[in-house]
Amino acid sequence: MKEYALMMIGAALVNNVILARFLGLCSFMGVTTRIDTAAGMGLATTFVITVSSMADWAVQNYLLAPFGLGFLRTVTFILVIASAVQFTELTVRKVSPSLFQMLGIYLPLITTNCAVLGVALLLVESRLSFLASALFAFASSLGYSLVMVIFAGLRERLALATVPRLFAGPPIGFIVASLLAMAFMGFSGISTG
Amino acid sequence: MLAVVSLTALGIALGTLLGVAARYLAVEENPLEAELQALLPGSQCGQCGFVGCAQAAAALARGEASPTLCPPGGRAVTEAIAAKLGIRIDLSAVRDDGPLLAVVAEEICTGCCRCSKVCPTDAIIGAAKQIHNIIREACTGCGACLERCPTEAIGLMPMPVTLPHWIWPKPAVA
Amino acid sequence: MGLIERLFREPRWGVHPDDHKRPAADAPLRVLPRPARVHLPLQQHVGGAARPVVLVGQKVLKGQLLAQSQGNISAPIHAPVSGTVTAIGEVTAPHPSGLGLAAITVEADGADRWIETDPVADPFALAPEEIARRTAAAGVVGLGGATFPAAVKFALGRRLSVRTLIVNGGECEPYLSSDDRIMRDCPAQVVDGARIIMHAIGAESALVGIEDNKPEAIAAMTRAAATYPEVKIRPVPARYPMGSDKQLIETLTGKEVPADARAAEVGVLVHNVSTCAAVHRAIRLGQPLVERIVTVNGGAVTRPGNVLAPLGCLVDDLLACCGVKEKPARLLFGGPMMGTLLPHGRVPLVKGASGVLAFTAAETAVPATGPCIRCGSCTRACPMGLLPLEMAAHIRAGDLDGAVGYSLSDCISCGCCAYVCPSHIPLVQYFSHAKGELAARERARLRTEAGRRLAEARLARLERDAKEKAELAARRQAERAAARARAGAAKPAEQTT
Repeated sequence: MKEYALMMIGAALVNNVILARFLGLCSFMGVTTRIDTAAGMGLATTFVITVSSMADWAVQNYLLAPFGLGFLRTVTFILVIASAVQFTELTVRKVSPSLFQMLGIYLPLITTNCAVLGVALLLVESRLSFLASALFAFASSLGYSLVMVIFAGLRERLALATVPRLFAGPPIGFIVASLLAMAFMGFSGISTG
Repeated sequence: MLAVVSLTALGIALGTLLGVAARYLAVEENPLEAELQALLPGSQCGQCGFVGCAQAAAALARGEASPTLCPPGGRAVTEAIAAKLGIRIDLSAVRDDGPLLAVVAEEICTGCCRCSKVCPTDAIIGAAKQIHNIIREACTGCGACLERCPTEAIGLMPMPVTLPHWIWPKPAVA
Repeated sequence: MGLIERLFREPRWGVHPDDHKRPAADAPLRVLPRPARVHLPLQQHVGGAARPVVLVGQKVLKGQLLAQSQGNISAPIHAPVSGTVTAIGEVTAPHPSGLGLAAITVEADGADRWIETDPVADPFALAPEEIARRTAAAGVVGLGGATFPAAVKFALGRRLSVRTLIVNGGECEPYLSSDDRIMRDCPAQVVDGARIIMHAIGAESALVGIEDNKPEAIAAMTRAAATYPEVKIRPVPARYPMGSDKQLIETLTGKEVPADARAAEVGVLVHNVSTCAAVHRAIRLGQPLVERIVTVNGGAVTRPGNVLAPLGCLVDDLLACCGVKEKPARLLFGGPMMGTLLPHGRVPLVKGASGVLAFTAAETAVPATGPCIRCGSCTRACPMGLLPLEMAAHIRAGDLDGAVGYSLSDCISCGCCAYVCPSHIPLVQYFSHAKGELAARERARLRTEAGRRLAEARLARLERDAKEKAELAARRQAERAAARARAGAAKPAEQTT
């Protein structure tokens, strides 16, 4: 039990997908202008990462490993991810049309969100059990959502600030992102404790 | 061989799953369209390039039109549409000279009644061979009457600023 | 917590600016020499503009009705001098924009002959509705600056069965002393007016709140109210904006007016002391509101003081009466915190103007605006408990809805935040801009909605017309067919016979 908790905290905060592994930066800068959009994106990605990681674990352990098809890993994983994303897109469209409009192109682009493939590949490397890998994927995506929402909140405040003209827009966004990353580096002290 | 077969099988399985999901989660009608149509002026003036407001709303919902498409609606409608669609737009680019009003040049008007027939809000009054006039409160400034006037007696002018309409200017940012 | 403790507790909100009320407050009341002509704007009150009932060239007497009220919330305008109506047209409005405002111009004939008045010896024998009617006919509006028609408030107070009348003698704005003067010079009128209003709204007691920096007024009012136990004089701590109704109500009664409610809903009604005196004159003497006491003050004025002036006289007339040291750099109606900026001195005196302030360039110099340092001084000063810095930040970024989320609509534009701001940010201007912009947006929305209704009505009409036309055509065709059939039937019949 304790290992699971530690692993989840490690996946969510210490080795945060965005700020420690630098995965999924495209959506990190793209859809964090408003908190509700960021939260929606976080939810959608959480769903995709968890589902596709579980599916990928099954594909890896029952198809690719037994038949020695390791060279097909990327292709099959992408295939699974793409299906999961399509499914999410259909669901979001049905459940919340306005969120669908807000996420726009970023929703289908979860397919190419490297955080999704990254988590799946990390799981293969670490050879965890099914439950552990599902929890790891879920915790990683929660970490992703958390950072998305925090950063969206920061950017909402940033929109009100008077920023020197040279830094206005994405530049100040990147500076704030780097400060946030430094703040998250503080979590690395937890792992030894 | 095994690789090809397994990949194909996986693809077919996932494809079937998605096909079934698409059937169950199908969205019959875009509810956004009705909401958008409620935001538009509804005068069917056609200045956006679509036949009427319903068509413009449909185009907006499909993402084929920009929220800035409605000139009579001005900045207020643009903002409302953008908020509904969750789009951030640069409002400074929206040309909004404030609401417009049609005015009849009384010395040129021949009282032909053509303009009053096309006015979408019945804002033009006047009988045949009488000088026409425009009810300010009802005019939306859509300009539909402009091209119908054979003597070019109708023009658009910005709505005059009166005391209750005057707004303190925004302080200049230091 | 005892009442005394509550009364004298220093409020946590507001500011305490140097009041600059003396020596103007101590100078005896002067009377403005009769101006040659007066300009009376048709809208000197909240609500619908009055409708003129006189013609150009018509002779009018002092106190004669010039324009009658129009709509539920409105007030009539009366002639402050006897003479001739010379024009009905636009004059510069007492408004920072300097736009025009429809007004009636009366040329004085110098006789100052009053129209026949209808005094009431015992107002307490009149029905409350009759008092409201007479007050409305006299054109009495809130003279503290809000200019809300007094009679409308009476009806509101009666409907909501208000128990307590609060008489506002706070006059918290620096420089102004017209209310102070009226309480010192005619306390009996104020107390009598307050009792008439109590009768009109059915209130049981009246609390007169007077800031403790006016000891002479407190003394005079206490003497005048000594024989009426229901009228209580309550000194309140001098603190800006004590004269704002919500703050005064809270200080005097401990009740807080909810954000989206009116004062009457917590069982109190607030009237200004000058309004009370005007009600007294309207009922007891039958005189409509045609003159008021105005404080003329500011660094550019040689002999600051209070002047009894007819409505419609020009600001320049008032300044000439009190003398001007140098050309004023800024002219204001009302106090320095909330007053209305005037474009120039050729602006007529209106009912709501309690003072004319003429400031020199040295007095009005404002240091350059700096960036917000988030010190929070404005949040401490705000009497409404708002966050001015957050609202201004949202407005600066163009996010008006965000500002509304911080309760922009509760802002009373008192100016405390801008007064204390160490960065000299024009916070109130931000809020005024946003309020105007939001009002314009609301108007545009209503306009769009009205346009849509009209368009729908037109489409329905066209459809109906088309249908009727089609029906008519069908009927005609049927008739024609029937006629033909009859003719056809007749013909064969003929043939057979």
